[in-house]
Amino acid sequence: MPQSSSLERVLTRISARYRDEPYQLLQMLRAVQASYSHVPQSAMQFLARHLGVPLSQVQGVVEFYAFLHETPRGRYDVRFSDNITDQMLGSRGLCERLCQHLELTPGQPRADGKVTVDYTSCTGMSDQGPAALVNGLAVTRLDVGRIDEMADLIDAGIALEAWPRDWFAVRDHIRRSGPMLDLQMAPGAALEAAVARGASSTLAELARSGLRGRGGAGYLTAHKWRFCLEAPGMERFIVCNADEGEPGTFKDRVLLTRYADALFEGMALAGFVVGAREGFLYLRGEYEYLLPHLESVLERRREEGLLGGNLLGSRVGFDISIHLGAGAYICGEESALIESLEGKRGQARVRPPFPAIRGYADKPTVVNNVQTFIQAAQISAMGSAWFAEQGTEKSRGTVLLSISGDVARRGVYEYPFGVTVKEVLADCGAGAVQAIQIGGPSGHLIGAADFERRIAFEDLPTTGSLMVFDWSRDVVGVVQNFSRFFQHESCGFCTPCRVGTTVLRQLIDKVASGHASAADLDELEACGMVTRSLSHCGLGQTAPNPVLDGLKRFRPVLEAKLLGGTDGPGFDLDAELSEARKISDESLKEGQHG
Amino acid sequence: MNAPTEQPARLTVATCSLAGCFGCHMSFLDVDERIVELAQLVTFDRSPLTDVKHCSERVDVGLIEGGLCNVENVEVLREFRASCRYLVAVGSCAITGGVPAVRNKFTLESCLREAYIDAPGIDNPHIPCDPEIPLLLNKVRPIHEVVRVDYVLPGCPPPAEAFWELLTALIAGREPELAYEHRRFD
Repeated sequence: MPQSSSLERVLTRISARYRDEPYQLLQMLRAVQASYSHVPQSAMQFLARHLGVPLSQVQGVVEFYAFLHETPRGRYDVRFSDNITDQMLGSRGLCERLCQHLELTPGQPRADGKVTVDYTSCTGMSDQGPAALVNGLAVTRLDVGRIDEMADLIDAGIALEAWPRDWFAVRDHIRRSGPMLDLQMAPGAALEAAVARGASSTLAELARSGLRGRGGAGYLTAHKWRFCLEAPGMERFIVCNADEGEPGTFKDRVLLTRYADALFEGMALAGFVVGAREGFLYLRGEYEYLLPHLESVLERRREEGLLGGNLLGSRVGFDISIHLGAGAYICGEESALIESLEGKRGQARVRPPFPAIRGYADKPTVVNNVQTFIQAAQISAMGSAWFAEQGTEKSRGTVLLSISGDVARRGVYEYPFGVTVKEVLADCGAGAVQAIQIGGPSGHLIGAADFERRIAFEDLPTTGSLMVFDWSRDVVGVVQNFSRFFQHESCGFCTPCRVGTTVLRQLIDKVASGHASAADLDELEACGMVTRSLSHCGLGQTAPNPVLDGLKRFRPVLEAKLLGGTDGPGFDLDAELSEARKISDESLKEGQHG
Repeated sequence: MNAPTEQPARLTVATCSLAGCFGCHMSFLDVDERIVELAQLVTFDRSPLTDVKHCSERVDVGLIEGGLCNVENVEVLREFRASCRYLVAVGSCAITGGVPAVRNKFTLESCLREAYIDAPGIDNPHIPCDPEIPLLLNKVRPIHEVVRVDYVLPGCPPPAEAFWELLTALIAGREPELAYEHRRFD
């Protein structure tokens, strides 16, 4: 526990860095966590008083986010990405190995307070796993050698800055590019074209392009911008959703790395069109390593007059600040993201009103995905016809797929919308494919019968994640992993989701353990339907998808696990008597010798 | 002359105790004098109350107290399930394993060693091993892990009113509805 006077000095400094602004509470708490490896109760009390917010709110925020802790973590905080794709690459064994070396239990700090090893949801490195976060920074391509060396470095107390640099290298892995990734756009080109054209003509151009949001829901971008533009109010905001939490997705990571200029230009463009002067990039905590790069791009653009009060010679003003998340999948939902931006728990709001009408600070707000802003900028620079050339009638343009799992070449692939699953599988070097999770856990689990289908909003929509499972994988294990993910990420606000995700997970675990009966499969389905139809937000509404898809498309695989047959549960009496038989055998032997 | 009115068939009810303490049976008997009324409405089949050792071929309602701690419990339960139209898990032990399941935190061997070898004051220390003694399961199990269960009566023990509601409801052919105070105990 830090000395109270020194703690108060540090907290005052942290708070001042964020202008003592209550909306910045989450950012402040991140800083406290980084300084003290937890958020002490006294810090919560101080911040509550200092900022004039209820202590319950501060405590609520600390409890909500996975990267904030009420009790100390180790000074080295290692979190293994626990996505199924990491597990398939051996992450669980590596984590156990590290725990053995360091002599600790996962999730609990070692007695000397030096280190904690734990699991976390997908860190967005499925193309270069097994991955982990060490003190928030991404470490990729872990193997036995790296784990053994890591244990030594931790035990020797070597600072992270002195660890091998290549451990922290994140590769882009662009395997197939198309018009979007190939476009070389000079900084400022999109904005200049928009200013020359005028705001309303730019919006019309965007509408002509047919661009739909790339975050998953596929809402027409121009409609969203128009709603925001026409909403009553003096102040408007632009928010970029870079909370790429859908397991197996990593295209936004690549875009943030390589196309940050185009992204910020797209946000400024949106600001120009709807009349907003301020934008936020909500960056998921797992991508903290990108922060220096993104800040430097922002700074350069300010110097170039492409951002800030001086934007394009002050004809318009627009600036962007970056907010970091703290480990909460739900914050990818736009209204939860806004709550989080406001320094609160990431709990989805009741919609409508949609953020375009009432968003950040209850003001009209455009929330779009990273890729959407980049494409909007490209459309402004190149024109709608350039964009609409590709794709299908209802899904214009191209789609970026993050492909991982059992394929020869994991990475990002750009295709025109309408490409069949089969073509994609051939390109990425997938072997004998049993199943694919398309669109992440909240998307769909499909089998060979669906490989002729087309990736497009009107057929197989996707957020870009495509995880491939060959015949050596257990589909039930896949469903289990995703069910555990949703149970962990459920925010707990509404009962159907909080209880439903737990029951689903318990039932699928029961199926996997061989104790389930056919009645349990019916129960799974019923529970899935309740969770889907009654949950408050998209998380709960999609959480049963892996289970329901498993039942729909892989029922024989699930049924093969039912040792109990159709009625009663499975119970292996012989296995249950193994210890007693062993003891009585030994007892008999002793009797003979005696 | 009136046609004889057809009497509905009397329900048959069986009860038994597995790894339990008979407390649930005692609570059942707390229906007091209503047991007479009940005896006019149902026929008791296998039960410690009748001392009948095996179920008839077809029993309507089977009440099971206690969880599963040994192989005999499993056999009795399976026989019960096969005979009964409705199987009712009665009380905490049947539903969750209850007090006997406290041993699940330890290995079976360490429990037996503690009881028969290591405890102070043991004469002729050895773990009993006799074909007459049913083998113990690795872990104590609630009954729904072995058979399908149709109804549960929660409580340690469930109150007599809960038994009464369950049986009178099934006799009347409606779904039992336990009042809040008959299923909440803290």
